[in-house]
Amino acid sequence: MKITKETIEHVANLARLNLSEEEKSTLALDMEQIISYVDKLNELDTSQVEPTNHVIPISNVFREDKSEASYPREKILANAPSSENGCFKVPKIVE
Amino acid sequence: MELYELTVHELSDLIKEKKVSTVEVTKSFLDRIEKIDSKVGSYLSVLGEDAVKRAMEVQEKIDKGEAKSPLSGIPVAIKDNICTEGIKTTCASKMLHNFVPPYNATVTKKLLSDNAVIIGKLNMDEFAMGGSTENSFFKPTKNPWDLERVPGGSSGGSAAAVAANLTAFALGSDTGGSIRQPASFCGVVGMKPTYGAVSRFGLVAFASSLDQIGPLTKDVTDCAMVLNCITGYDPMDSTSAKVEYPDYTKALVNDVKGLKIGIPKEYMGEGLNSEVREAVLKAVEVLKELGAQCEEFSLPLTEYAIPAYYIISSAEASSNLARYDGIKYGYRAEKFTDLLDLYKQTRSEGFGTEVKRRIMIGTYALSSGYYDAYYKKALQLRTLIKKGFDEAFQKYDVILGPTAPTTAYKLGEKVNNPLEMYLGDIYTVSVNIAGLPGLVVPCGFDSNGLPIGLQLIGKPFDESTLLRVGFTFEQNTDYNKRARIGGEL
Repeated sequence: MKITKETIEHVANLARLNLSEEEKSTLALDMEQIISYVDKLNELDTSQVEPTNHVIPISNVFREDKSEASYPREKILANAPSSENGCFKVPKIVE
Repeated sequence: MELYELTVHELSDLIKEKKVSTVEVTKSFLDRIEKIDSKVGSYLSVLGEDAVKRAMEVQEKIDKGEAKSPLSGIPVAIKDNICTEGIKTTCASKMLHNFVPPYNATVTKKLLSDNAVIIGKLNMDEFAMGGSTENSFFKPTKNPWDLERVPGGSSGGSAAAVAANLTAFALGSDTGGSIRQPASFCGVVGMKPTYGAVSRFGLVAFASSLDQIGPLTKDVTDCAMVLNCITGYDPMDSTSAKVEYPDYTKALVNDVKGLKIGIPKEYMGEGLNSEVREAVLKAVEVLKELGAQCEEFSLPLTEYAIPAYYIISSAEASSNLARYDGIKYGYRAEKFTDLLDLYKQTRSEGFGTEVKRRIMIGTYALSSGYYDAYYKKALQLRTLIKKGFDEAFQKYDVILGPTAPTTAYKLGEKVNNPLEMYLGDIYTVSVNIAGLPGLVVPCGFDSNGLPIGLQLIGKPFDESTLLRVGFTFEQNTDYNKRARIGGEL
C-alpha cells in the first residue's frame, strides 16, 4: 500500500502535527512498511466474526449521581503553561 | 550481605523483627543509587531527603504497632507514567517534562497505605512506546548485565533498577510486553496481571484496552506480596474487575504435579534464538521432572497478533494522546500563529519520533475510509485470538514459552528499524490482546552471560497458578540466585 505525501499531510493535519519535509518522507516509508505488514490481516476471512472492544464482560459502569468536592483551583492551575485570574490563558479564537 | 541485596520478604522480616530500621533500609538503596545509577540511568527522579523522612514516619508507625502490612518500610520505585502526587511524572517525554500530578494513582495510594517508601521514579520509553527504553526523551537506561546493551522496554528503568539492586521492587506497566520483555532482558521476575485486576486510574493512558500496571521483583515471593497490595476493584477505573482477589502468597507452593502445560509450537519455531530455545526447553524438562505434563500444541493466529496489536494500540494511543494540546498542563510551544498552530507546534515539539509514528499510524487506521479495513479488522482478530486461548485453556492450565526472540541487544542496534523492533513483541502481545495474566521468571543465561526469561501465560484471574509454577521452578533451579547484581558495575 503506497503512502503518498498527500496522505501523510492529511493524517498529520488530523493528528495536529507539523512535520518537516524530512519527517514526511521518513514517516511515509515507515508507515508504508508497517501498513503493508498489517495488510497481512486481510489473509483471514473475518466476515462472520464480531469485533471485541473489551475482553472482560463488563457493561454500563455507572456511579451514583451525587456531587462531590473536586480539586481546589490552585492545584489544577499549578501545571498550566499560562494562567491569569484563575483561568487558563489561551490564544484568542473569536475576533 | 548488604541490605540492598535482599528481597522484599527478607527485608520485611528484618524490619518486623526490629533487626533493622526502615531508615537504614532506605538509606542503603539511596546510597547505592548515588554510587552506581549514573552508570545504569534507571532513575529520572530520586526522592532522597523526602524518602528518608517518610521512612522515619513509617518507623514511628511500626513502633506504635500501626503498620501491619508486609510492605511497611520497603523501598519502591515507580515507572514514570504512574501518577505520584507532588512528584514529577514525566512519562519520559518533553511533553510532560514539568508535570507534577495533583493526585495519586490508585496503585500509589495503595503502596502508601501499605507504608511502602517511594524512593524515586523510573525511566521508560516515551509514553510507554518502545521495547528498549531508547525512546526516553531524557536518556537511555543501560542493562546492568552489559552496559552497552538495552534493558528492554518500555519499563526498562524498572527492570534495570531491580536487577542492579537499586530498589527493593518496582512497578511497571505492560501494554504489549513492557513489563515482561525487560524482566526477561534483565533477569528479574515480572508480571502483567489479568486486564482489570489492577486499577489504571492514575496510569497515563497509552492503549486503554491493553494497559496494565504490574510488579517487577527479585523473586516470585516478592511478586505475590506486591500483587496483594496493588490488585483490587477500583470504582475510579470503569474497566476494573469486580472479582474475588485471593491472597497470592498462598499460591507459593512447591508443587506442579499433574499440572497440564501447553507449549505453542508457533512460539518455538523460526525466529527464536537457539540459546533462548534451549533454555526454554530445559525449563520444560525441569517442570516435567517435577510432575507437570508438558506438550506442544498449535496456536495458529500467533503471526497475526503483531499487526492486530499495532493497529489497536496505535489507534487507542492516537486517541489518548490527543489530550496533549499545550493548554492545561505540560509543554506549550513558544512560537505559534493561532490556536491550530499552537496545537501543531506544541505536539510536534513535545513528542518524540516513535510517539509521532504511532499517532500517525493510529490516526490513519481510524480515519474515514480505513476504519473497517484496519481497526475493525484488528478487533475481529482480537475475538479470534481470545477464542484461540480459551480453547487452549480447556486443555491446559498454563501456557509456556519464551518471552522474547533474543536476549538483550546492543544500544542503537534497532533504533532505525521500527518494524524489526515491533517483531520482537511476538510472544508477548497476544497476552495483552486477550487480557490474560503473564509471568516471567529467569530461566538461564546465554553464552554472553545475558539473562533469558521464561514466560508463563494463565487463565483470566488465575495469577495464583502462574505464581505456583514460577515459585516451583525457582525453588528447583538456581537462575534466580545468579540473577542479582551486587557490587560496583
